[in-house]
Formats: sequence, structure tokens, C-alpha cells
Amino acid sequence: MTFESPIIEWAPLAPVLIVFAAAVLGIVIETADPKVWIRRRLQVALALVATLAAAATAALQWSVLDGDGTRVVVDRIICDRHSLIWMVMIAVFAALAILLFSSRVGGDDAFAPLAAAAPGSEEEREASEKGLAQTEVFPLALFSVGGMMLFTMVSDTLILFIVLELISLPLYVLVALSRRRRLLSQEAALKYFLMGAFASAVYLFGAALIYGGAFSTSFTIIDTAIVQYHGREALVLVGTVLALVGLLFKLGAVPFHAWTPDAYQGAPTPVTAFMAAATKAAAVAALIRFLYLAVHRFEWEIAPVLWTIAIATMLVGTVAAIVQTDIKRMLAYSSIAHGGFVLVAVTSFEREALSAAVFYMLAYGLATLGAFAVVGQVREVTKDGSLGAEATRLGQWAGLGRRSPWMATAMAVFLLSFAGIPLTAGFIGKYVAFKAAFDSGGWPLVVVAVLAAVVAVFFYVRVIVLMFLTPVPEDLKDAVEVTESTGPSLVVGITALATVLLGVVPSVVLDLASNAAILVP
Amino acid sequence: MLSVTWLAIAAPLGSAAVLLLGGRRLDRWGHWLAVAASTTSAVVGVGVMADLLSRSDRAVQQHLFDWIPGGELEVSAGLLVDPLSVSFLLLVGVVGTLIHVYSVAYMEGDPRRRTFFAYLNLFVAAMLLLVLADSYLLLFVGWEGVGLASYLLIGFWNQNPPFASAANKAFVVNRIGDVGLVLALGLMFAHLGSVDFAGVFASAPTASEGVLTAIGLMLLLAACGKSAQFPLQSWLGDAMAGPTPVSALIHAATMVTAGVYLIVRSGPVYAGAPTALLLVAIVGAITLLFGAVVGMAKDDIKRVLAASTISQIGYMMLAAGLGPVGFAFAIFHLITHGFFKAGLFLGAGSVMHGMGDQVDMRRFGGLATLMKVTWVTMGLGWLAILGVPPFSGFWSKDRIIEVAFIGEGMKPWLLGGAALLGAGLTAYYMSRLFFMTFHGKGRWTEGQHPHEASALMTVPMIILAVGSAALGLIFAIGDSFVTWLEPVTGHVTHEDPVLAVPVIMTLTLVLVALGIGLAYRQYALLPVPETAPVASLAVQAARKDLYQDSVNSVLLEYPGQTLTRTLVFADAKVVDGAVNAVAAGTVGLGGLVRRLQAGRVRSYAAMMLVGVVVVLGIVILAINGKGWF
Amino acid sequence: MTEHMNPYVPILVMIGVATALAVAGVVVSRFIGPHRYNKAKLSPYESGMEATPGAAGGGRVPIRYYLIAMTFIVFDIEIVFLYPWAIAYERLSLFGLVAILSFLALITVPFVYEWRRGGFDW
Repeated sequence: MTFESPIIEWAPLAPVLIVFAAAVLGIVIETADPKVWIRRRLQVALALVATLAAAATAALQWSVLDGDGTRVVVDRIICDRHSLIWMVMIAVFAALAILLFSSRVGGDDAFAPLAAAAPGSEEEREASEKGLAQTEVFPLALFSVGGMMLFTMVSDTLILFIVLELISLPLYVLVALSRRRRLLSQEAALKYFLMGAFASAVYLFGAALIYGGAFSTSFTIIDTAIVQYHGREALVLVGTVLALVGLLFKLGAVPFHAWTPDAYQGAPTPVTAFMAAATKAAAVAALIRFLYLAVHRFEWEIAPVLWTIAIATMLVGTVAAIVQTDIKRMLAYSSIAHGGFVLVAVTSFEREALSAAVFYMLAYGLATLGAFAVVGQVREVTKDGSLGAEATRLGQWAGLGRRSPWMATAMAVFLLSFAGIPLTAGFIGKYVAFKAAFDSGGWPLVVVAVLAAVVAVFFYVRVIVLMFLTPVPEDLKDAVEVTESTGPSLVVGITALATVLLGVVPSVVLDLASNAAILVP
Repeated sequence: MLSVTWLAIAAPLGSAAVLLLGGRRLDRWGHWLAVAASTTSAVVGVGVMADLLSRSDRAVQQHLFDWIPGGELEVSAGLLVDPLSVSFLLLVGVVGTLIHVYSVAYMEGDPRRRTFFAYLNLFVAAMLLLVLADSYLLLFVGWEGVGLASYLLIGFWNQNPPFASAANKAFVVNRIGDVGLVLALGLMFAHLGSVDFAGVFASAPTASEGVLTAIGLMLLLAACGKSAQFPLQSWLGDAMAGPTPVSALIHAATMVTAGVYLIVRSGPVYAGAPTALLLVAIVGAITLLFGAVVGMAKDDIKRVLAASTISQIGYMMLAAGLGPVGFAFAIFHLITHGFFKAGLFLGAGSVMHGMGDQVDMRRFGGLATLMKVTWVTMGLGWLAILGVPPFSGFWSKDRIIEVAFIGEGMKPWLLGGAALLGAGLTAYYMSRLFFMTFHGKGRWTEGQHPHEASALMTVPMIILAVGSAALGLIFAIGDSFVTWLEPVTGHVTHEDPVLAVPVIMTLTLVLVALGIGLAYRQYALLPVPETAPVASLAVQAARKDLYQDSVNSVLLEYPGQTLTRTLVFADAKVVDGAVNAVAAGTVGLGGLVRRLQAGRVRSYAAMMLVGVVVVLGIVILAINGKGWF
Repeated sequence: MTEHMNPYVPILVMIGVATALAVAGVVVSRFIGPHRYNKAKLSPYESGMEATPGAAGGGRVPIRYYLIAMTFIVFDIEIVFLYPWAIAYERLSLFGLVAILSFLALITVPFVYEWRRGGFDW
């Protein structure tokens, strides 16, 4: 047996490698252990440059791409226009998230000064007073971003698993790092980790069964094996369903969603924004690749499963969001519901669904980043007059329009986009997503989706009413303050503008997305 | 000029942007920029009309850019230039420019004059987009744009809380109407496969009556919201909180008539939906009486004019509801009303200006000699709205009354009767306003020195007054306006009304004379009490707008508020209480809470496991019978 | 004889031997070992340390635990990959060498990080 070294196309890998290199460089910077303020600046600059450079290199690939796609590593990692558009999106989301990571309110960032110190302990207090900072969050986020970008190109069940872990592990750590409400944060991370491990195990079991039936981990070979090996279909099918569970877990689909509200609420808000926008986009990209390339011949067999999950996800997400009284939890349930809406498109197995999913996740991701950026700016004022934790109780948002008209207006834009009101990106997103499903005969699914969307309008509009039409309660007049620090304000501005632009002139992005509706096996 | 029609929208829009972003350095000359922008629109309007008159093909569609391409819903943004839209372009351009000029003087000394003009320009741009759009979707953009501008301008003096809540009221009521338009859009797309005018009108004749009726009713709902028609009329009275030029331009001459425009524009849809059309006429008839009754009891000069606007738009709706026969007269009355109502409002503004912002007519009186220009210009407007020949109203309103009497069965008697009665009531309340303000003895509060306003204010008033006096006659000669609109409304041969035309005309004039006479006796000859006297139940009801707010409160507001309060209460007491209880009992409950949390992760995992089993079950059921196992 | 034998037989034998050894260890020590119990001897792990010191009551595990675990993993993973590489060195040729060297370089980074951040200062 001779070994042939694989031929690797480096150019399509460049965006991913840039991000990983920056992450390693970030660790090296930590190794040198310079002063906190130097470290922070270096890390922020490095992370921003890396994500933006990755976005630029990926965009550059668009034109130099060989035909419609390139086999990067044999048939296991394939770069085509569809993966490129996701990569650009993820890199841009990451850059915006980094801006949120870097924001500091009253001199404090969103992360624990010394993650190893016990919550409420003497060490923690000292670390806080000394102004320590856990700047490792930047390399950690970059590792995750690199994984997500790679995720969109993977065409192999085993590599998919490794990349899945690469994405998840830094996230588990990031979730645990909140500066305020440490216990909640650590609890959230533990829950996320446990459930993530469970989901990974289920996925791995599924991948093993697929291998047992198809004798390969490559998507292309699995695809042909499904028709070639009679008598093994059941094995591959059961494996497919189990592997799907692992991917749907990342998307937060019901009934694999239980971690989402806890993790979103407990995590530092910038991390929540990052997870909700970028991780979900990556999960959808990988889900599409797996469904459309590896197992699309099982379309009729797994459609009932996907339909059930999509409907359950939309309904649970919407209904649960209505009864929430915490804005972060409400947004978490809303993000679950949005996962359901995008599944509506994905289940159609049509070419249109590819561009619809891209547009939907772009619209949703922008609004999510913006909304959490606003959440991070609404702060409680402690008894001694300094700024405290985020004011996430809905009651504390009453009269926000009077405290900060711009922030509240931007928030209203994001909420309207979530609700799918015309002239926002969310409307176009919902329209193209539902249309893709409708055209392929999934009208019952579309009916449920539209009903859920109508119900969802209620809780989004409730927040808008609270912000603009409810006066500031007397007892909260001085207890809540809206800060307007540079980074998040920038993110809010960019995302609000993009949300409106995408809603008013969606044609540019829709064209790009439909040009990118090509999957190369 | 046809090729630069877009400039009519772009100029005020650009000017609004410059004024909003430009900052204080524009404070000195910014308002003249706004006037110039509005003038540009008017000039473009005149040019476009000249071009259109020289063409045989009177409808020009202009493609601007692809808006939403691809798939089944292809929408391009474009303009539709035809007699109907050009009529509006001219109305908005000319009246808008006059009111801009008037506002320069009226808003002098207001620290936010620049912002005011930016909003005014924004309104002009949005209104022109609304009427020039070639699709319902683009119309919707303009529709929301004028709603926004109206909201901003009603609440312009929002340091005064009632004014801010008046703006909110207008906003909320308008949203109810907007839901109608959005639903109509959805229905059109679903059943007619298009949302642009050409596509909708092409496929409307083939659609079922049910679909067209549904679309028609939704469009009527939208029109009711924007045009303050029954039952969504309540916001217009409160909207008078805005500066008077705003009331003149937006809440009398242009924006509130957008509903009438929508109905007339959608003529081909209503052609297949007679039930919806009948409802339009009924809504119009109810509203015209409602507005007139309220107008008779109000003492606030602007609110009388607002009630009168509601009533006059009721006339237009009634005409529009009569189908192609009435369409042209609806628009005719809309144009003449735009002139004389704007003139009346500007006159009211001039009176308020001279009387130190007093609005109570019981404290006016005897101003005729002191404010001659205002007296004459308002007098012309008054004669015009009354329908006294040969002033404008006579040519437009009387034709509506005539047309209302056309038909079979009960319909012409009820609709025509309402229109006729309305004319009498209009004569009474408008004469009441005129005599209470200008005649009788002065009942001014101390320290008031009524004086005429500056030329910047009087010149626009004079121009509008000339329009009020002569426009109707000019348009009526040889039915020129009706012929001009024919490419849009279609040519119809008139049937004869159930009563002979001379009879109707005589009846109308007698009722009008009666109204004037009553008002003259009561408010010019007899002394007017300075405070409103105790009155009968009917008058009290009219003073309270026939309890419209109470009805709204009971039907809409209380349920909504109760829901909100419950939520706030739940948040404040139940949730906070629970949080506090947990905080207080943390030590004691610590062990329990921890066990619960451990249990929760376990239950999450259990949920997931059950989920896996269920999806496997589903897939196995799905492949059951394939013999794969 | 080997060519006739089922390839799974050695695995079966392996399982048998492993089970026998494990059982034998427990059983034999029960018979031949001295029985002098104290608190430490009765604890689950006879290391002189509380297994999870007070964990159930809200206490915390010393951070060093994890430092040791992390250091172990760094070298553990290194060796897991080095062994197969060394055995297949000839066939993997230059590609393998470059791959394993970059792997080693990358895995050194966290090690240096741990060291510089005082992970080994006890």
C-alpha cells in the first residue's frame, strides 16, 4: 500500500487559514503577557483585521473560482459559490461581533476579569479592581469563526464532526465568561456543554451508521451508495436521522433547543450575539450541504421528520417567546422560531431554497447582532451610581424611546425585521423562504409558518409599544441608563442601515444569493 | 418635462435630507431652500401637464429601477403619469408651495423652523410618490411616508403632552387602515399575480367577484384610515394640534384625500365588486353627515374646519362610491376643496395669528373691519364651500348631489337625501364660523390687538381665494375637467337622476339659504355668549364628537390597556416578587434550587432523547412497507 | 495455522485475559492483602486526597487539577499522533514530515502559553 499525498488547493482555504493563523498569533500575544491595555488593543486589531481579511479573500475567490467550484481536499472539502457566500457572511458577522466584544462600558468589558476566580470571591474583586482582563476571548472567538467558515465547505461526515467540535469548544468557554451574573453564566456554559456533548455523541453514532451502510464518510460516495447497496438503506437512513439531530442541535431546533434560552441568557451579550448570528448561519450552511449533497435521495423519507421539526420549532419558539419577561430570553426563543422559519425553506429540496436560506440568515443575523448590541447598552444603575449589569427585564425597557431615541428606533427596526414587516430585510427573507417551500408543494408548512409569523408580531410589537408609548416608570427613572459606546453604536448603525437597505432594495443581494445557489458535489 | 417627472419627488426629498442633516448653519436660509424645492415640484407639474396635453396617449409609464426582481413577484419602481396623477401633482405642488411661503412667516420665531420645513418637504415628496407610483407597492411606500410626515408634524410641538398624544392617536388609527392596504396587497398578489396597476387592472376582469370584493373592502379600510372616514375618523380633530399650515396642507388639502385617490385609482377593481362600491358610498354618506353634525357644535375654529374636512371628504367618498359616474366629480371636488379648504385654514391661521393664538370662536367677533384681507379671502372660501353659484363648490358639490340621485330603488333617495341634507348643514356651520369670527360684537379677551398679517401670509391666501372663486367655473366650462380625466375614469353617459336636475338645484340652494339665514340670525344679529351655554343632549353629544372617543375606548382601548396593565402588573408583582422571594430565601432554598437545576439539565437531555426516538419513529413509519428492514 | 484462524479470535482471547486479570486482581487482593482500614483507605480513590473536596456542598476543586489535566492532554495528543507517524514515516515521506512538524509547532503554542501564564508555578 502506497500513500499518495493529497493535493490541496490552498487558495480557497486562505480565508480559513487567515483566521486560524490570527487565532494562534493571538495566543502567542497572550504568551508574551504584555500590559492589559496593549494586549487588548493588539487582540482587537488582530481579530478585526483577520475577520475582514477573511471576508475579503473569500469575496475575491468568487471571481477567481475555477468553474463553479474547487475540490480543496479531494472530495472531502469543496469550495463553491454557495460556501463562499456563507463564508463572507460569517466573517462579516464575526467582525461585527468582535466590535461588540471590544466594547467597554464604564471601563469594564463584558467578560470576567479572572475567569478562574470563584464568583463573588475575594480574588475576583481584586482582579476587577486591578483591571485585569481575559483577552483570550478574541483568539477563542477566532478559532470558532475559522471552524464555522470551514464548516460551510465540508463534504465529509467525519471532518464535519471535527469541525463541529472546533466550533463548539471555544463557545462553551466563551459562554462561561460573563462579567456580571457569573453563576448564571457558568451554569449556562455547563448546560450548553453537557447538551452539546450529548448531541455530538448522537451525531457520531449517526455518522458511524452511515459509514456502516455506505462504507464511506464522503458525501459524494454516500449519495451514490444509497442507490448502489440494496439492503443497507435502512442503516444509512437511521444514520442520517441521527446525524441530522447533531446539526439541528446547533440550529436550536425543537426538541433539541432546550439549551438555547439558558445559554443565550447566561452568556455575555456579545457572545450571545455572535452565537445567535454566526453559529446559526454556519449550522444552516452545513445542514444544507449534508441534506442536499449526501442524502437528498432520502428526500421523501426524511421530509416528515423535517416537517415535524420545523413546525414544532416555529410553534414552540413563538409561543414560548410570548410569555418571556426577559429581553434576552425572549430574543433566544425568537431565534429558535427563526430557526424553524429557515427550516421551512430548507425542507423544500429546491435550488431556490439555497438562495432563500442565505438571504434569510443574512437578514436574521444582522438584526440579531443589532438587537443584542442594543441589549448590551441598556444598563442598570447600582446604588452607588455606577453602571451595573444589563437591564434585561422587559419592564426596565419602558420608555426607552425617551431615554435614547436612536437606540430605541434602531431596536424597533430590528424587531420589525424579526417580525417580517415590509420594507425591512426580514420581510423579504420570509417571503423568499416561504415561497421556496410553497413552490415545492409545502403549503401546509407555509400556512403554519405564516400563522406563527403573525403571532410573533405580537411580542415584537409589544416591546416597541413598551419603548415608545409607555412612560418611564417613576421608580426606574434613575435606575436604568442607556450608554452609547462607540463599538456597539457602530454595530447598531451598520446593522440597522443594512436591515432597511436589504428591505428596500433587496435585488443586489438576492441576485448574488441566486448566483450562489450552486452546490458542487 | 415628462422625462424629469422624478425630479418632482427628488427635489423635496433631497431638500428634506439637506435640511435635516445640515444642522444649524442652515437656520438662516433653509426655509427658502424648502420653498424652492416645493416650487420645483410645482413647475415640473405644470411642465408635465403641458407635455401630456400635447400627446394623444394620455398615460405614460416610466421605469425607474428594478426594485424586487426575480421569481413570481417582480416589482419595478416606476412612475405613472396620467391625468389623474398630474391633477394631484399640480394640486400638491401649487397648494404646497403657497403653504410653504405662508409658513415662512407663520413659523417665524419658532426655534425649530428648519426642522419644520424639512418635514414639510418630506411630506411633499412622499405625497407625490404616493400619487405618481405605478404600483400598489410603491404607493404603499408613499402612503407610509405621508403617514410618517403627518405624525411628525402633528406632534411638532411635542413639548405639549396632549399634542404628542394627538400625534400618537393619528399614528395608531392610521396603522389600522394600513393593515387594510397590506392585506389588499397580499390578496392582489395571491389572486391577481401582480401588484402593479397595469397587471392588477389587466387581470381584475377575470377574477372572481369574491376576491375583488375582498380587495375592495380592504382598500376601503385603508382609505377610511387615511381619509378620516367613518369609523376611523376620530384622529383628524385631534390632528389640529399641529401648526396651522400643516392642517391646511396635510389635514385638509392633500393627504387626507389620498383615500379618495386610492378608491378612484382602483376603479377597475371596484368595477367587479358592486357590493364593495356600495359600501364606499354608504361610508361616504354616513361620514358627511357625521362631520357636519359635529361641525355645528364645535367652538374651536380649527376643529370646525376639521369636522368640515371630514364631511367634505365624505362627499368625495360618496361620489367615488357611485362608480365611474362619480369618479370624475369626486376628483373635481377634491381639487376645488383642496383650494378653498386650504384657503379657509390659512385664514383661520391668520385670525389666530392676529388674536394671539386664540382658537375659541366665542372670543372672536367683529374682525371684519380689522382684518380686511382675511375677511375677504375667507369669505370667498366660505361661499365656495357653501356651493353658492358661481363659486367653485357650486360646480363640484352640486354635481355630486345630482349624481347621488341617480339609480334605482331606495338607494338614490337615501344617498341623495343625505347629500342634500349635508349641504344645508354645511351652510349652517360654515356660516356660523364666519359670522362668529368676523361679525357681531368683539368678544376679545383683554390685551388683544387684532391685526392683519404680513404679505408673506396674505399673498398665498389671496391666490388660494382666487382659486376658490374661479377654479370651479374654469373646470366646469364644457365639462373640461371631466373630459380631461376620462382616460382614467372612463367615459360614461349620464343617466337621469330620479328628480329633475333643476329641482335638485333649487332644493339645494333653498337649504343653503336657510342655513345661512339661521346662522346669521343666531350669530350675527343676536349676541353670542362668551362661554358655551348649557345645551340639549343632542348638542352636547355633537360637542363631544358624537362620543367617538368613548366608543373607541370601549371597543379598542380598554381591552388593549387592560392587557398591557396585566402584563406590567405581572411583571412588577409576580415576576419581581418571585425574584425577590428567591433572593431572600436563597440560603434556605439553595440546596433545593441546585437540585432543581441539576434536574433541569437532566430533563433537557431527556427531552432530547425523546426527540431522537420520536424522529426515528417518524422515519420508520415513513418507510414502512418498503421492506428495508 | 494462522491463515485458517478467524481474525477475531485474538481479540476474544484479549478480552478474556483482560477480564481474568481484572477480576483476579480484586479477588486475590481480598484474600492475601492485610486488612487494616482507615479513613483514607476507605475513600474511593486511595490517594490521600478527597475525591471531590466538598463538591456537593458548594466548594471548589483546586485549579491545579485542571492544569495537570491540560498539560497531560497536550503531551498525550502529541504522542497519539507521533506514534503512527513514526511507524508510517517511510511511506508518508515529506508531506508527513511537514504535517507533523507544523502540528508540533502548533501544539507548542498552548504549552508555552500555560508556562508563561504561570501554569507551572506551584
